[in-house]
Amino acid sequence: MLTDKDRIFTNIYGLKDKSLKGAQSRGCWDGTKGILEKGNDWIINEMKTSGLRGRGGAGFSTGIKWSFMPKEVGERPHYLVINADEGEPGTCKDREIMRNDPHTLIEGALIASFAMQAHACYLYIRGEFVREAEALQAAIDECYEAKLIGPNNVHGWDFDFYVHRGAGAYVCGEETALIESLEGKKGQPRLKPPFPAGSGLYGCPTTVNNVESIAVAPEILRRGGDWFASIGRENNTGTKLYGISGHVERPCVVEDAMGISLRDLLEKHCGGVIGGWDNLMAVIPGGSSVPVMNKEQCDNAIMDFDGLREHGSGLGTAAVIVMKKDTDIIKAISRLSDFYTHESCGQCTPCREGTGWLSRMMKRMVVGNATVEEIDLLEEVTRQIEGHTICALGDAAAWPVQGLIKHFRPEMEARIAAYHAAKNAAA
Amino acid sequence: MSNMNIQQPDSFEFTPENLELAKKHIAKYPEGKQQSACMPLLDLAQRQYGWLPVAAMDVVADMLGMAPVRVYEVATFYTMFNKEPVGKHHVQVCTNISCWLRGSDEIVKAVQEAAEIHTGETSTDGLITLWEVECLGACSNAPMMQINDDYYEDLTAEDATRIINDLRSGKEPTPGPQNGRTGAAPLGELTSLTGDA
Repeated sequence: MLTDKDRIFTNIYGLKDKSLKGAQSRGCWDGTKGILEKGNDWIINEMKTSGLRGRGGAGFSTGIKWSFMPKEVGERPHYLVINADEGEPGTCKDREIMRNDPHTLIEGALIASFAMQAHACYLYIRGEFVREAEALQAAIDECYEAKLIGPNNVHGWDFDFYVHRGAGAYVCGEETALIESLEGKKGQPRLKPPFPAGSGLYGCPTTVNNVESIAVAPEILRRGGDWFASIGRENNTGTKLYGISGHVERPCVVEDAMGISLRDLLEKHCGGVIGGWDNLMAVIPGGSSVPVMNKEQCDNAIMDFDGLREHGSGLGTAAVIVMKKDTDIIKAISRLSDFYTHESCGQCTPCREGTGWLSRMMKRMVVGNATVEEIDLLEEVTRQIEGHTICALGDAAAWPVQGLIKHFRPEMEARIAAYHAAKNAAA
Repeated sequence: MSNMNIQQPDSFEFTPENLELAKKHIAKYPEGKQQSACMPLLDLAQRQYGWLPVAAMDVVADMLGMAPVRVYEVATFYTMFNKEPVGKHHVQVCTNISCWLRGSDEIVKAVQEAAEIHTGETSTDGLITLWEVECLGACSNAPMMQINDDYYEDLTAEDATRIINDLRSGKEPTPGPQNGRTGAAPLGELTSLTGDA
């Protein structure tokens, strides 16, 4: 288990002084200039050495992503965009960084911008996080005041940090939709290529990173990529903020090592599953978009990218949603289908129409008003959506339903049988 | 627009203070990219007027050099822009999975009863509007609801009833977790960050 000395977020609960002075006393903004003086190649290499994989869900190497930006700045300026549109159901970690430990993020933004030769960073925060945006802005103002960022700052790299509030659209968490939204348009994803590193915000080279990916960068560079890489497992390194919700005794957000077992995570930090481990029915381990795991899988699940892929699921945002035995799992997944229907941006037909199909069919599955063959039809609809859309929202809508059918088909069939039995008895 | 039956005002004007704020928003974006300020300006207009009338969208279009229809597109795409009036306290209960698992159905019911309305309605005193919404990103503090700019978390049905009653009688309930927790720390003893480090 991770010890406090290896924790990056030292004030994630907001129990200590959140001000710049407080953050500095915990090590933020220490030797930042020295890090920049080592040059952007050193920074990017060190990030690659750390093995950090993007914390927004996809898990792509942050160092490699940074290296995709053009080496020289041409006529078009470079931009760093930070994705703080935290909206994946179950996910509530970036909120804690922004409201309680914002200086990790601002320092990381300066370093990342320097490494990619950007002089401006836009952070796109979900509109509902009004108080979080205020807390972050207060921290930014402190940094401007102390000349840590801004024009002619003490670090010798002109850098502006802007907060841009969204207005309630889940799809804007997709990086190209986020860019569209930041440009003042509807948040509908763009076709790729071109990728943002070639043509992103305002048609300029842009890198979009998750809040947590940026916020861990300063500590990685202070302690060295090898330190981060020594935590967790190969290809799944470092520490991670886990957000645990649902049927545990004490839900929380907690930083622990990658590769911690699911059972340890729930029992050491959350007081265990309500009613005990054997009362567990299912876990969605990485936010609503990843497939659900049954109890058997949970018994030996390892919380990292590869560990959860072995079980046909994924780490996603490490948002662990726990369901105990008496949960109506069909209704739980049906609720997610409603969510994706509501959030589909309407651009691609398979997603726009398919998510509606899914939620309507799932509603009938909840009461059992269906035939057993329709379970296969439901599966077929998910396959028609998956992989046939511009962005991953379609896939995200398909996977929870696929996970349900894969692991809980007997429950679905029993529900259908019970419905028809009750109907026949009444007739 | 979502509901053309709404009585629209003939005109809209930013207050001098908000005009200054609008200029600050526009200045965040590069020369010629002022369209980026569309959402911040719509938000500002909504905060000033209480909801977002078409006249305000037209003013924003004019300020940013956008075709009005482009602003209408933005205003109708995002759920936080209220194209019709809402009550003084806009109560949005999350009913997505993490909140549902911990009893959001009871929270919705408690708010409905305390405000004497159905979901989607505004109370007769004009104070409370209730919506059921998608995940608000406070899942470890479920169930929760947002009222205007504040989150009320770790709710019981009794908490929800008390909060709505307080609002209806002019009191100011305290936002945040209602069960004594701090932020997203586990309730009770900490399991990390216990040392001085």
